[in-house]
Amino acid sequence: MSLFVRGIKGEEINKTILNYSFNIKCMLKIFKYSFYDLLRSRWLLMYFLFFLATTFALLYLSSDISKGIVSLMNIIIAIIPVISIIFGVMYYYNSREFIDLLLSQPIKRKSVFLGQFLGLSLSLALSFVLGMIIPFAVYGIFTSSEIWNFSSLLFIGVILTLIFVSLAYLISILNDDKIKGFGIAILVWILFSVIYDGALLLFFVSFSDYPLQKFAIVLTVLNPVDLARVMVLLKLDVSALMGYTGAVFNQFFGTTWGMFISSFSLLLWIFIPLFSFLRIIKKKDF
Amino acid sequence: MVKNILFFISIFIFSITAQYASTIFVSPNGKNNSIAKAIQMAQSRDKIVIKPGKYFENAIVIDKPLDIEGELYPILDGNNKEGVFIVKSDSVTIKGLQIQNIGMSQIDDRAGIKFFSVKNCLVENNKLINTCFGIYFARSSDCVIRNNFVQGFATRETETGNAIHLFKCTNFLIENNTVSGHRDGIYFEFVENTKVCGNTSFKQIRYGMHFMFSHENEYSKNKFFNNGAGVAVMYSHHIYMHENEFTDNWSPVSNGLLLKDIKDSKIENNFIDRNTIGLFAEGCLRLEVKHNRFSKNGWALKVLGDCYDNNFTDNNFISNTFEVVTNATVSNNIFEHNYWTEYSGYDLNNDGIGDVPHSPVKLYTYLIERVPESIVLLRSLFIDLLNLAEKVAPVITPESLEDHKPAMKAIK
Repeated sequence: MSLFVRGIKGEEINKTILNYSFNIKCMLKIFKYSFYDLLRSRWLLMYFLFFLATTFALLYLSSDISKGIVSLMNIIIAIIPVISIIFGVMYYYNSREFIDLLLSQPIKRKSVFLGQFLGLSLSLALSFVLGMIIPFAVYGIFTSSEIWNFSSLLFIGVILTLIFVSLAYLISILNDDKIKGFGIAILVWILFSVIYDGALLLFFVSFSDYPLQKFAIVLTVLNPVDLARVMVLLKLDVSALMGYTGAVFNQFFGTTWGMFISSFSLLLWIFIPLFSFLRIIKKKDF
Repeated sequence: MVKNILFFISIFIFSITAQYASTIFVSPNGKNNSIAKAIQMAQSRDKIVIKPGKYFENAIVIDKPLDIEGELYPILDGNNKEGVFIVKSDSVTIKGLQIQNIGMSQIDDRAGIKFFSVKNCLVENNKLINTCFGIYFARSSDCVIRNNFVQGFATRETETGNAIHLFKCTNFLIENNTVSGHRDGIYFEFVENTKVCGNTSFKQIRYGMHFMFSHENEYSKNKFFNNGAGVAVMYSHHIYMHENEFTDNWSPVSNGLLLKDIKDSKIENNFIDRNTIGLFAEGCLRLEVKHNRFSKNGWALKVLGDCYDNNFTDNNFISNTFEVVTNATVSNNIFEHNYWTEYSGYDLNNDGIGDVPHSPVKLYTYLIERVPESIVLLRSLFIDLLNLAEKVAPVITPESLEDHKPAMKAIK
């Protein structure tokens, strides 16, 4: 009796595994196509050249790698979110017809979209990483003591790319109207990079009579751009952050527990938009 | 100057006369095995040579001019009790000893070597390890402290004294000492006409060097790093500080150089690097701050509103997170011809001086003063926009705090 049940279950499992591997194969194939397609695009080349040129210029002008890293962080925090979100929305709308074609095939919707998502975010991340690594390698990062600061910068850049590409996908699936989609994408970017900080400052100033350190930490962790900035800053601008209240932040972000929470929050910012996107495509009428 | 020369001549003469005096040897296994007894036996101007070995003696009183010299650093162990030497006579020389393990007391200031009301003494080439106070002078004049190594292992302020402690002294020379792990590295209270040169002071719990009510002193070519604060100069005037290095003084309340109620002093050619606050000034008058290099500090300068008529000229401000912070809306200090890495002006006539004045105070530094939590917004895009708006039309930052002649290139 028990054997029989096990047999049926085994068959089911085998089937799901087969299905699964088929889905993954499809996804990888779509990923490969969109990745190679994007690598040939002029936009991505520009993105790569932009990082290459600014990194070279900053390293050349500052002649000090740690100073170069601070300036680059400013650029990364400002540029990566906006480019990722705009380019993501643009790519989705442009490849809309191709998506419709793929969806008419016997492939899972998940594989189509995930494949494209991976292709886009990885090609953006690749051109960012290459654009940074080449100049730093020329200026000798691998023998410098700044290698850890540099790799945390790379890590933050890649995470920000993933977060904003997944936000871009969510925005564009929710809006079939191109103009509306672009508008919302820009608004989301401004919200995270400027308005949130303004509101935070207003909050700090109006409640400055109260102990705010813990709130400040919580509110920082909630915004991926702020969190990414603070994580890099704690490695670079320690002397300033050590002062006064800064010590509290260092105590939080400096510990493994704090690092775990902040990395977890960053990962949530990738997966929440991505999962809600995947839920929507299940039901959406294309 | 004449006083100094006379002082050195006198030391020279003493050293010649010492040749004719007799020499007493002390060794652990010899006839004389007690330093205290040898000192009792000795005549004035005798020389006492201490052979290598370990001696457990406390509170040895030196009450006549003697030369005490160690061979190959004999160890004088205080056994965690009282201090080793108490000197009450002029013209005593102590050289080449290793003094260690003096117990902490809350009642008296115990020290490795303690001097009371003396003149023309010399402390040279000694090692003092884990002595509560290292070298302690009170009410003395014309002495030299040179090439000593004073090491402590304190973790709290109350556990220890100061490595080199001077109280009511004049005309000292303190040079090439290495001090670490105490409350203050070098401590001055009511000390005048003293030179401090070429010392290294690190890992002090409070200050690398500390001046209280000590006027007309000069310190130069010293290195202060990893201290609670590099150097604190308080309630003094006419201090000449030059060619010192203040580096890596990092902690929530740390300064490279802390000035409180200082008048008519000069701060020149110092190297102030990687401190939380490079130079902190409160209640200072008529300071000349010239040719210093402030680099990679959190705040390069923090000048409070009660500072007047100070000149900051020809300094280099390189890669500091914040250049100047103040709590006043009017500035009564002059900033001229400094080099600022944050300067974004131009120089049309190519004379090396920027055509647009540079205001080193930013709106954000004010915000941090008011709401310390806003430090989380450091280097945020929003803050950059805010600073830009304030720069275009200053409302809060003092317009008078400006460098009208900013240098375009770093000043050599």
